[in-house]
Amino acid sequence: MKLLLELFLTFAKIGLFTFGGGYAMLPLIENICVGKKGWITHEEMAHITVIAESTPGPVAINCATYVGLKKKGLPGAVAATLGVILPSFVIILIISFFIDRFLEIKWVASAFRGIKIAVGILIIDASIRLMSKMDRKPLHAVVLAVSFAAVMLINIFALSVSTIVLMLLAALTGTVVYLIKRRAEKEASE
Amino acid sequence: MILLELLIGFLEIGLFSFGGAYGAIPLIRDVVLQFGWLEEEKLSYMIAVSESTPGPIMVNMATYVGSVKAGVPGAIVATLAVTLPAFLIVVLLTLLLKNLASRGIYKTVIGVLTACVTGMILATGVWMVLRCCFGGVTEFSPDYKAVILTIALTAVYLVWRTISKKRMSPILLICVAGAAGVLAYGW
Repeated sequence: MKLLLELFLTFAKIGLFTFGGGYAMLPLIENICVGKKGWITHEEMAHITVIAESTPGPVAINCATYVGLKKKGLPGAVAATLGVILPSFVIILIISFFIDRFLEIKWVASAFRGIKIAVGILIIDASIRLMSKMDRKPLHAVVLAVSFAAVMLINIFALSVSTIVLMLLAALTGTVVYLIKRRAEKEASE
Repeated sequence: MILLELLIGFLEIGLFSFGGAYGAIPLIRDVVLQFGWLEEEKLSYMIAVSESTPGPIMVNMATYVGSVKAGVPGAIVATLAVTLPAFLIVVLLTLLLKNLASRGIYKTVIGVLTACVTGMILATGVWMVLRCCFGGVTEFSPDYKAVILTIALTAVYLVWRTISKKRMSPILLICVAGAAGVLAYGW
């Protein structure tokens, strides 16, 4: 019980003090869970980073679930995950009650017109950073260009195509490419 | 049945978002517009608020949308829904499928998926900036102040990175952009 509470409080602290989302949390999680508390090893931290990046969902949730699970099984995973969510949940809930009235003030509305542009720039920058981390393969470049063009067309013509369809197509392409590659390797070895 | 809609919508987002919060933005935009939960305008406010408050950005977005649409119950449903898939996947990966992540097919598929998501994120960002500068397709209305702001903010962001060798923190950029917005559009 004591460990559960400690997991909850530790991850609540991590959730409260990191701005900029899950990736900004990784160093703090490493510092606390590997360094101070000794809950997991450096290797496990590297492993969890890979898992967090290659599975869907918020990176912070993936990390909290993993650490909680390692330390105290399923109850630990639940405690750590709820801990990392709780602070932002409360803060956003309070903000969301006031935001509409807040936006009626002239200077706030003006500020948000500027902020909208900043958000666009941040999103473009995020995609550029992802690109720099990607394996440079022709296949990846083609898929990237096609999905870019597809989403632009969907936006321009206001089509009702879900981006999930694009992702499923990408997953299918990946599977087919893998199967072809493996077959080619088999034939080459025979 | 707004609660059920929130549950389904955010489960979808939690399950199909790769590459952190930014990877989720195209999908969140999709789902939010599809269900008609927020207008395109409010969406950027939500992203800005989620960026400037502590905690996982996706959780912030879910709480925000849920709360705006259906109060506290909505916020709880949306937040848990966006969390659940990630939670279950890590539990399954850790307990049952230890070697999945190192298998060739998984790596190939994730590589292609990441490329696809990166293209989606890029298109979403470009589209958001274009909309600020030129309005939508049907209501073409160029806004020269927005064009100037875009160039200025991009310059500030790039110069900052060149000089300090570090990425400018998103919150700082949002603050600068807010101040610039007040100067450009009045108070």
